[in-house]
Amino acid sequence: MATNKKSAARAPAPASEQTPAAVPAFTREEELAAYRQMLLIRRFEEKAGQLYGMGLIGGFCHLYIGQEAVVVGMQMALKDGDQIITGYRDHGHMLASGMDASGVMAELTGRRGGYSKGKGGSMHMFSMAKNFFGGHGIVGAQVALGTGLGFANQYRGNDAVAVAYFGDGAANQGQVYESFNMAELWKLPVIYVIENNRYAMGTAVTRASAQADFSRRGVSFNIPGEQVDGMDVRAVRAAGDRATKWCREGNGPIILEMQTYRYRGHSMSDPAKYRSREEVEKVRHEQDPIEQVRARLLEKKWVGEDDLKKIDAEVRDIVNRSADFASSDPEPDPAELYTDVYR
Amino acid sequence: MAELTYRDAVARGIAQEMERDERVVFLGEDVAKAGGVFKATVGLYERFGPLRVRDTPISEQAILGAAMGAAMTGLRPIAEIMFADFAAVCFDYIANEFPKLRYMTNGQLGCPLVVRTGNGGGARFGAQHSQSIENWTMMIPGLKVVAPSSPLDVVGLMAAAVRDDNPVIFHEHKSLYAMKGEVPDGEIVDSLGTAKILRPGKDATILALAMMVPRALEAAEALAAQHGIDCEVIDVRSLVPLDTQTILTSVVKTGRLFTVEENPRLCGWGAEIASIAADEVFWDLDGPIVRITTPHIPLPAADHLEDLAIPNAARIAERVSRVMNGSQR
Repeated sequence: MATNKKSAARAPAPASEQTPAAVPAFTREEELAAYRQMLLIRRFEEKAGQLYGMGLIGGFCHLYIGQEAVVVGMQMALKDGDQIITGYRDHGHMLASGMDASGVMAELTGRRGGYSKGKGGSMHMFSMAKNFFGGHGIVGAQVALGTGLGFANQYRGNDAVAVAYFGDGAANQGQVYESFNMAELWKLPVIYVIENNRYAMGTAVTRASAQADFSRRGVSFNIPGEQVDGMDVRAVRAAGDRATKWCREGNGPIILEMQTYRYRGHSMSDPAKYRSREEVEKVRHEQDPIEQVRARLLEKKWVGEDDLKKIDAEVRDIVNRSADFASSDPEPDPAELYTDVYR
Repeated sequence: MAELTYRDAVARGIAQEMERDERVVFLGEDVAKAGGVFKATVGLYERFGPLRVRDTPISEQAILGAAMGAAMTGLRPIAEIMFADFAAVCFDYIANEFPKLRYMTNGQLGCPLVVRTGNGGGARFGAQHSQSIENWTMMIPGLKVVAPSSPLDVVGLMAAAVRDDNPVIFHEHKSLYAMKGEVPDGEIVDSLGTAKILRPGKDATILALAMMVPRALEAAEALAAQHGIDCEVIDVRSLVPLDTQTILTSVVKTGRLFTVEENPRLCGWGAEIASIAADEVFWDLDGPIVRITTPHIPLPAADHLEDLAIPNAARIAERVSRVMNGSQR
């Protein structure tokens, strides 16, 4: 009990009690790094959408456009050895963790150069080199699995932190609360990042969630939480810094609700008729995560338009090369059908 | 050499592997301080401590999720699902998560874990705590599935399961926990995918699993004494991988095949073996393949009714003798 009280005293205040703090500024280099990474994800996803439309990508394809600041800001708060796991809207997480765009795109097109040689698809890619543990298709399972990653860190006595990303929709799965209880009980180093993009598939948050303040979803387990402006990469990074510190100091898990927005449909087959065009346009014009950074860079005269165009060209080049590779790489060898079932 | 109960053998097998490999961690409901609801894990907490032997909340999904998350990083967890029936509560992990991981990751990640579970009936626990679920797990590509019938096999197959790089579902039979058997001293390591001929015979092959093994052996003795029918009894032990060589060699020798299954009739493991035998040794058969199973019903709680449902030695012997004598099936 003493530990819990101490934790509660030191925990970040619930969102409702927070006064809007000034968002810590980024250095020029940080702004540029965030800009470039978010732009890479945006352009990659736009290209994936195009390839899907051309029939080069089949099956599922869940685009991350609009939510880029969440993974990019969180990644800036992590250090080597920290682990990442997420659900099926995972392309952004993979690129942010440093995975190769061509390998990701080739997995989307089902080619042998894809991260899973075409056997995973959009929802199932992994990279042990980047500590990226997938890429999971069952809504909410990544929360229990991420808790297991944290358990392994504690078992080994290292100071690594596991970051389990899930959406406002997954937050209503039962196993999330089994995992919260276990993580707090055992004081596991897990950051639960709830990406609240305001729609669980096609159902608005308020129509699916009795408690739509997701930072409070750990209250009955004594897990602290905070609401974060998930469209501002600086706010995300600052929250990530607080959360990793909390976990590394042995205080157990923490919840970060990232308030963000998905510009595209749930998947490529979703025309998103459950919301108005105006709603989407309003977020795009007023809160776009990439435009925010761009405006600050120009305002502070840290870069000129030409510098940004150069970055844009570099990013487009990476994305175009990934698309070329993903369209020309051979299809998987038929023998792959039978590999890696057992070892 | 020591005489151990089946339940003591569970603890011995786990201890042997925990002693050998620090990556082995054991978790489940009531497994540590209470020594397991079936007392099969007594002493492990005291011996290996709270970091490695962990009582969990009653949260089957979180247990298997945590075990798999840890296995993804290279640990080798043993997780207990107290009653096999509860596998349905966390079936996502058994069906969707463990067995797909290696395939979906292009071999980058494996899932080297063991799920121990108290399987089977005979204890009057009723419809939700008595099922034989080995066929639920057998049908999923990517899992290995074993079900030992003796203390010695428990120790050896546990070691083999822990050392295997794949997820293994380890079905312990609840009604065998009190069974005693000789277990040699020292390290014991068996191999998955091997059946055992427990009673050689020339007239008919009887395949059995877990609690059906002692009942099939008892039936075989009665068939020999009362009908002069010499049965070969094989303990299948491992459903995946399946030792088809031992099984089919026996069927070719005897020309007759019987399976004795505790599971409800539809889609039992014996149906799969019957199909394999029909494919591969049909012309060596001298009669119909016959499956002796629990009927396709939920299991009742009352002892009188449960005993009517699950195959016993008398029913096995009666069925085998009738079929072997060419009378009605």
